[in-house]
Amino acid sequence: MSILVLADHDNEALAPATLVAVTAATKLGGDVHVLVAGEGSQAVADAAAKVAGVDKILHADDAAYGNALAENLTPLIVGLMDGYDALLAPATTTGKNVAPRIAAKLDIQMISEIIAINDDGSFERPTYAGNVIATVKTSDAKKVITVRGTAFDKAATEGGSASVEAISGAGDSGKSSFVSAEIAESERPELTSAGIIVSGGRALQSGENFEKIIEPLADKLGAAVGASRAAVDAGYVPNDYQVGQTGKIVAPEVYIAIGISGAIQHLAGMKDSKTIIAINKDADAPIFQVADYGLVADLYQAVPELTEKL
Amino acid sequence: MKILVPVKRVIDYNVKPRVKADGSAVDLANVKMSMNPFDEIAVEEAVKLKEAGTATEIVAVSIGEQKATETLRTALAMGADRGILVVADGDMPEPLAVAKILAKIAQEESPDLVLLGKQAIDDDSNQVGQMLAALLDLPQGTFASKVEPGDGHVTVTREVDGGLETLKLTTPAIITTDLRLNEPRYASLPNIMKAKKKPIDEKTPADYGVDTSPRLTVVKVAEPAKREAGEIVADVETLVAKLKEMGVAA
Ligand SMILES: Cc1cc2nc3c(=O)[nH]c(=O)nc-3n(C[C@H](O)[C@H](O)[C@H](O)COP(=O)(O)OP(=O)(O)OC[C@H]3O[C@@H](n4cnc5c(N)ncnc54)[C@H](O)[C@@H]3O)c2cc1C
Ligand SMILES: Nc1ncnc2c1ncn2[C@@H]1O[C@H](COP(=O)(O)O)[C@@H](O)[C@H]1O
Repeated sequence: MSILVLADHDNEALAPATLVAVTAATKLGGDVHVLVAGEGSQAVADAAAKVAGVDKILHADDAAYGNALAENLTPLIVGLMDGYDALLAPATTTGKNVAPRIAAKLDIQMISEIIAINDDGSFERPTYAGNVIATVKTSDAKKVITVRGTAFDKAATEGGSASVEAISGAGDSGKSSFVSAEIAESERPELTSAGIIVSGGRALQSGENFEKIIEPLADKLGAAVGASRAAVDAGYVPNDYQVGQTGKIVAPEVYIAIGISGAIQHLAGMKDSKTIIAINKDADAPIFQVADYGLVADLYQAVPELTEKL
Repeated sequence: MKILVPVKRVIDYNVKPRVKADGSAVDLANVKMSMNPFDEIAVEEAVKLKEAGTATEIVAVSIGEQKATETLRTALAMGADRGILVVADGDMPEPLAVAKILAKIAQEESPDLVLLGKQAIDDDSNQVGQMLAALLDLPQGTFASKVEPGDGHVTVTREVDGGLETLKLTTPAIITTDLRLNEPRYASLPNIMKAKKKPIDEKTPADYGVDTSPRLTVVKVAEPAKREAGEIVADVETLVAKLKEMGVAA
C-alpha cells in the first residue's frame, strides 16, 4: 500500500492539520509520500521531509500552484494517483476544496472528515453535526479521504529524513485565477491548534466588546479567540473565528464559551475539548449540559473580574 | 444568464437526530424536514441575481424521494422559475452519484452558473459542488461569501481558514455557498400560491443513465459518547481556583 498526503501550507510553513493527516496515513500502513505543491515553497518541502513517518516528498513548485487553485492542483494529483492506493488530505478549507474534485475525476466516492480508522478497514466519520457517527467501508479500489484535524495526534516535525523529488505538472488551467486575499495576521495562537480558546457569542453585542472583554482574557491565558456563528454573522469578528459544524472544529485543553447558548451546530465544533467552561446568564442554556464548569453570571461583570483575578 | 440550483431535502436544522435502535440508520420517520440551509442561501442568491436583472431563469433541482417535491416548491416560492425532481427510491444517492445526475442535467440545461450549498447538514459531506465541477471540467468557487458575475467571468470571495480569498473564474462556473453570502427570505403567501402553478418535471436517475448503487457500506451508525454536565461554580473566585488547579493560570 502506498499513500499520498496532500500538504496544506502557505508556501512558508506546513499547516499543522497536515501532520494529523500524516498520522492517519501511517495508521493505514505502507509508504507515505507527501505532495507539496506551491510556489517558492522550498521551506515547506524541507520541513515536510523532516516529519516522522514520511518516506518521500513530491515537490511541485510552479506559479500555478501558489494559491492552491483546485483547477490546477487536480490534474497534477490525478496524474500521480496511478502510483497510490489512497489520497489523504487534511480537512482544511484547502483539502475540502480540492479532494472531492480529485475523487470525482477518479470516479471515487470520497470519505469526508474521518475521525477513526478501524482494523477491519472501516472508517468513522461524524454526520448530522456530530450527533451521529457513521462507520463506513468503501468498495472503491482506491480511496480519497479528508482527515479531521482534531482526530489524530500530530506527527512529529523532527525525526524523518525523506527524500525530496521535484515534479512538474500541466500548470495553469486558465479557468481560475487568484485576485486577492484578506488573511488576518494575529499574535495569538491559531484557533485549530491552540491549547486554550476563549469564544464569544451574540451576547457580546459588538466588535468593541469583543476587544474589551474577550481579548484581554484570551491574552492573559495565551489563548486563541473563537466565536459563534451569531457573532460572526453580526460582524463582531471575522468569519475565520467561527467554531462549529460549518466553521472550525477545535479540541483544545480548555474551551471557554462566553455568552454562547450552545446550539448543536456550535457544540459540533467544540465538544471534544478536554475541559469546557461556560459563562452564561441563563442557567438553562444548553451549553451548561456539556460544560465541566459553569458560571451563571452576567458576562459584563464576570469576565473582567475573571481577567483581573487570574 | 441561467442559474441551476440543486436543493436537498434534509432533517430540519433544529431537530436533534436519533439513531434507530438497531444502529442501521438515523430514524427520519415523523421528523421535520426542510430545505438544506445552505441551499436556501443558494436559492436566495439566484433570486437576487434575477431581481438585479443579471439572471433570466432559475431552475431548481432536487434528487431524493417523492417528498422532495416540497423542497422544490419552497425554492419555487422563493423565486425559482421551474423545478426538476429526480426521484430516487430507497437510500439517498451518494454525493458522487448526485454529482453525476447534476452533471447530466447541467449538460441539458447549459446554465451559466450552478449555485449549490457548501454542505448538506445531514451527511456533512461537502463534496457535490466540487465533484460536479470536476465532472463538467468547470472552475469552482467554494464557500462563497460574495458572488459578482461579470462578462464571461464571475468573481467569488471565499471563506477560507485564514480569512477571505477572492478568485476570478471563467463562466460557466460552479459555486457553493457559505453562511455570510446572504440572508434567505421567507416565501410570502402569494408567492407560495403562485409556486403551486410553476412546472416541476419528474425524472429518474435512469433517465440520465446514472447508476446510483452505493460505493460505501454503512457498517453502523451510533450516537457519540455523551459528555456529562459538570458542576456549576458559585462565583468567579471558584472559577479562578479551578483554572489554577488545571495549571492554566499561575
Ligand atoms: C446551517 C447552519 C449552520 C450553522 N453553523 C454554525 C456553526 O458552525 N457555529 C455556530 O456557532 N453556530 C452555527 N449555526 C448557528 C446556531 O444554530 C446558533 O444560531 C448559534 O450558534 C447561536 O449563537 P450564540 O450562542 O452566540 O447566540 P444565542 O443563541 O443568541 O445565545 C446567546 C447566549 O448569550 C447569553 N447571554 C445574553 N446576554 C448575556 C450576558 N450579559 N451575560 C452572559 N450571557 C448572556 C444568553 O443567555 C444566550 O444563551 C448554524 C446554523 C445553521 C442553520
Ligand atoms: N440529493 C440532492 N439533491 C439536490 N441537491 C443536492 C443533493 N445532495 C446534495 N446536493 C447539493 O450539494 C450540496 C452539497 O452537498 P454534500 O456534498 O452532500 O454535503 C448541497 O448543499 C446541495 O446544494
